Amino acid sequence: MTTTDTTAAVGAVFGQRDPDARGYFGAYGGRFVPETLVAPVAELEEAYLAARADSAFRQELVILLDRVVGRPTPMYEAGRWSEQLGGARVFLKREDLAHTGAHKINNALGQALLAVRMGKRRVVAETGAGQHGVATATACALLGLACEVYMGAEDMARQALNVVRMRLLGAKVTGVDAGRRTLKDAINEAMRDWVTNVYDTYYLLGSVLGPHPYPLMVREFQSVIGREARRQILDLTGQLPAAVVACVGGGSNALGIFDGFVDDAQVRLIGVEAGGEALVSGRHAARFATGAVGVLQGTRSIILQDLHGNIEPTHSVSAGLDYAAVGPEHAWLRDLGRAEYTWVSDDQALQAFQRVARLEGIIPALESAHALAHVETVAAGCDPRAVLLVNLSGRGDKDVEIARDRGFGVDPAAAGGASGSESKA
Amino acid sequence: MSSRIADRFADLRAAGRTGLVTYVTAGDPDRERSGAILRALDRAGADVIEVGVPFSDPLADGPVIQRASERALASGTTLTGTLDLIESVRAELRAAVVVFTYANPVLRLGPDRFAARAAAAGVDGVLMLDLPIEEGDGFRRTVVDAGIDPIFLLSPTTSDDRIRRAADLGRGFLYGISRLGVTGARAEMAAGVRGLVERIRAVTALPVAIGFGLSSPEHLREVGRYADAGVVGSALVDTIARRADSSGLVTAVEGYVAWLKGDADLAPAP
Repeated sequence: MTTTDTTAAVGAVFGQRDPDARGYFGAYGGRFVPETLVAPVAELEEAYLAARADSAFRQELVILLDRVVGRPTPMYEAGRWSEQLGGARVFLKREDLAHTGAHKINNALGQALLAVRMGKRRVVAETGAGQHGVATATACALLGLACEVYMGAEDMARQALNVVRMRLLGAKVTGVDAGRRTLKDAINEAMRDWVTNVYDTYYLLGSVLGPHPYPLMVREFQSVIGREARRQILDLTGQLPAAVVACVGGGSNALGIFDGFVDDAQVRLIGVEAGGEALVSGRHAARFATGAVGVLQGTRSIILQDLHGNIEPTHSVSAGLDYAAVGPEHAWLRDLGRAEYTWVSDDQALQAFQRVARLEGIIPALESAHALAHVETVAAGCDPRAVLLVNLSGRGDKDVEIARDRGFGVDPAAAGGASGSESKA
Repeated sequence: MSSRIADRFADLRAAGRTGLVTYVTAGDPDRERSGAILRALDRAGADVIEVGVPFSDPLADGPVIQRASERALASGTTLTGTLDLIESVRAELRAAVVVFTYANPVLRLGPDRFAARAAAAGVDGVLMLDLPIEEGDGFRRTVVDAGIDPIFLLSPTTSDDRIRRAADLGRGFLYGISRLGVTGARAEMAAGVRGLVERIRAVTALPVAIGFGLSSPEHLREVGRYADAGVVGSALVDTIARRADSSGLVTAVEGYVAWLKGDADLAPAP
């Protein structure tokens, strides 16, 4: 495709599935922000709607996606893994091969361009696993914006590699010591910064969360994944996938790929949440399994909370899924019956992480490994001619220390003859 | 449309005095002393007492009130516990009582149950930090029907149009935020606050209280030149935090508020 064709394609996607005028997807979404942020959020909406309607903005974005991100990312048939699963043909949408190593860059570049267009000089962002922080730091370096990233102290420890990457890229990384010191606490602190510096600062939120227009805007910047994937899978197989599977933290990689197939009613859309250690309060992040409707950080959605409305602590082996709320559009898609949601445990995700590395030569992010783990279940009951599509949303370099600490990637001799996967089984 | 809040502000205007609105977090440092603190605030002459509902994710608050929320949650204080606390002291208070809360605990309890329970506890007003006018219409009607004043925050970023809507929909008083940012004491009053009050005055006769950053009698005097009242929160909560382990906690709180009110002999210990 030429850049002009792609620009037109981007334009064709924008504005096709907007929430209502108040930013609601069904009963979810809206704008639950402190008074000081009401006007800035409205200003952001206005700026975004104008930008997405402007072909010059879209072309600038497409050029960056082509030449900086390296899009389109490949569609890869995981032959050896599929064979072992014994059912369907499994295809991987290789967002791990996007510049900076995850899908996050698609959104970061889109919003950073918007920040420049709005005349903002400074960007703040939150990050969990650090992938959004790295993507934001990259976009800011590229476009000459000052950048400060808030990251929970717990996440800084478990994703130390990404902290160094952000600092190398010129971002200031500020640790957050509140709460469980993870993604939710980082978002609180980023919002506190934004409300204090709102005139010159742009808040670059990393997922389909927060007040309207963020859930819409982030999904539209990520929809390039689904648009490419639909074309690629049809080119390669001549058919639509039976199911599209993606992990769901806030849910931006999932909505990005679902967007390409949401009108294809025969395609199952499956989101996979973090089941953590057990479905017990504080030990997982499976919002659809045990959550309830509530308001957190600007949006109404399904949230892990106690009977008194306090947000429950969460756990996942993957920092990017370790969050108490799910994006509002996911809650709506579930209500509509259009998407279904399930969870896999820390251990299941780690097993899939190991298997895909050994069988395909790909070390996936632990977030993405949750989707891979669930595909193993789906494939087991499938017709061998069926096609399954997984969004491999990020690469796993950041996770190798966690895997090693859990007994994977250890020399079999040094580990007393038991491989990690066997000792964990 | 008489309410205890309206009466307090009418008294202030009649006396030509600047009102004092005080904020504390319910259950900080624990339930028993929290009740004693509410009584002390009233004795020392607070006109309105804002009682904060502790919440796990207070994103509009600075570190002082965040830590108060953590202490209160650790002491087991919930939204219903906050209402119970208010009910237990309400009969002894002259001040109007306003519940200051984030949306989620109220939505979890249910707006109807909240309004009924709060009215029974003797709550006079409610202020929801993250429920702007556009999201709060149903809730506003529910609390008004229960006889509770809905109080809206106005910020330097609030447009004149929205000030007008808040004035139409709000009761009791309007809460002007003196500066951008989160709650927390500052050395100086923000420069733009007078302009915000003038924009509010241009469209409504509702009383205006100014908060975010006030911590001294000088701040209150300054605010009193254009607004009806000043709100002192973080500075008071910090006093509680520093005295939480001391038997003199309640006396210190009472002394601090008396000092704010202009009793020079009662300057707080450093």
